[in-house]
Amino acid sequence: MAKADVKLPQMQSGFDFGLCRRNDMLVKQGGKPAKFLKTGTTIVGLVYKDGVILGADTRATEGEIVADKNCEKIHYIAPNIYCCGAGTAADTEAVTDMVSSQLELHRYATGRESRVVTALTILKSHLFSYKGYVSAALVLGGVDITGPHLHAVYPHGSTDTLPFATMGSGSLAAMSIFESGYKEDLTREEGMELVSAAICAGIFNDLGSGSNVDLCVITKGGKEYLRNYKKPNPRTYIREKGYSFAKGHTQVLSTTIVPLKDKVTIIEGEAMEE
Amino acid sequence: MSIFTYNGSALVAMVGKECFAIASDRRLGVQFQTIATDFQRIFKVHDKLYIGLSGLASDVQTLQQRLQFRHKLYQLREERDMRPETFAHLVSAMLYEKRFGPYFCQPVIGGLDRDDKPFICTMDSIGAIEHSKDFVVSGTASESLYGACESMFKPEMDPEELFETISQALLASVDRDCLSGWGGIVYVVTPDQVITRTLKGRMD
Repeated sequence: MAKADVKLPQMQSGFDFGLCRRNDMLVKQGGKPAKFLKTGTTIVGLVYKDGVILGADTRATEGEIVADKNCEKIHYIAPNIYCCGAGTAADTEAVTDMVSSQLELHRYATGRESRVVTALTILKSHLFSYKGYVSAALVLGGVDITGPHLHAVYPHGSTDTLPFATMGSGSLAAMSIFESGYKEDLTREEGMELVSAAICAGIFNDLGSGSNVDLCVITKGGKEYLRNYKKPNPRTYIREKGYSFAKGHTQVLSTTIVPLKDKVTIIEGEAMEE
Repeated sequence: MSIFTYNGSALVAMVGKECFAIASDRRLGVQFQTIATDFQRIFKVHDKLYIGLSGLASDVQTLQQRLQFRHKLYQLREERDMRPETFAHLVSAMLYEKRFGPYFCQPVIGGLDRDDKPFICTMDSIGAIEHSKDFVVSGTASESLYGACESMFKPEMDPEELFETISQALLASVDRDCLSGWGGIVYVVTPDQVITRTLKGRMD
């Protein structure tokens, strides 16, 4: 039988460069290249006495506009591994999702807990093969059989293994806090306080970072994801009554109302007699 | 000039009490020249799921056709409609596939999930999803829409109030954007009906 030459959409994988030539042409005709959602970010992580603490701010920007005031930058990799992402939002999201799905399958195949180095190797080999065009700067942390680990991953695929790391546009502000306050064998409370102080330094001193503090504490056999651990910038200017518009205030040209049909539910009847 | 501003567009979605609304302007332009005033940017995926696409009009239509195709395949295979969250991830995956040669589109998705819980989200042109509990905006009028929605939005609005609020936010914003306007269209989706209204706007 002749092989059917049908390309199923599910079977494609990898990037599609089909529109590149058209887009180059459009840019040459006097366009500006596209602006993407960025996380001009402060992300940090440190190793403390019994594990790893990751921290992030929650601002996403598009140019100079704040696109999201409370986004999530600490991504799930495995039950014992999390990863903070800075750079182009779509890249950090896609790259962490890809690694987490590969590790999930790897766990099914081996029946063992994922290791941080495995995640690190998958990440760096992907990033290196794209020569820095996949712009994801990451702080990867987790606790596995070999103990707590913290790594910084750069967009070109180089990595650092450190006791404390910062990334993103607020990394300098955050690093100043770490450099002055970090010591070995911090307690959980001290560690959380130091991480949150570093993120706050980014929030208040770097314009690309802002809003709230997210934390993730990973220990041997457990983790605690503290979404919005601190909210140092609450909204203060909400008008008490809000704006209300009388019904029929807006000039309408036409109205169509379509009632939605109830979905038919099939109830099993009694079996028919033979 | 960015390719995103070639045709001009304004797109907004808001959450209400057990309902959501999605609205857009109706202009199709070529830079400062208006070509049509009945352009469709918001498309029905199924009864309780709508997608709006801002940006380059040709990509809007291409993407819409591809998404409709994928949703129909899903319906055939699964014998059910897609959940909004699932659909958002489908759109995101299709956009990220073209990471290095993107469609010049920024989608806005609005839908009612199981138990008729409203869901809205937006993305950039390479598929970075941004979830929201209140409102999302996109298009050339997005900056003014942010401002208008930020002050006009109230949580837990009923369908009528939601319609007035989203319409006023849209009309106020497109009047401060040269490239969008010329009337608007609003879809208010509740668990048992969809109300579509076209709005009278400034024609300049």
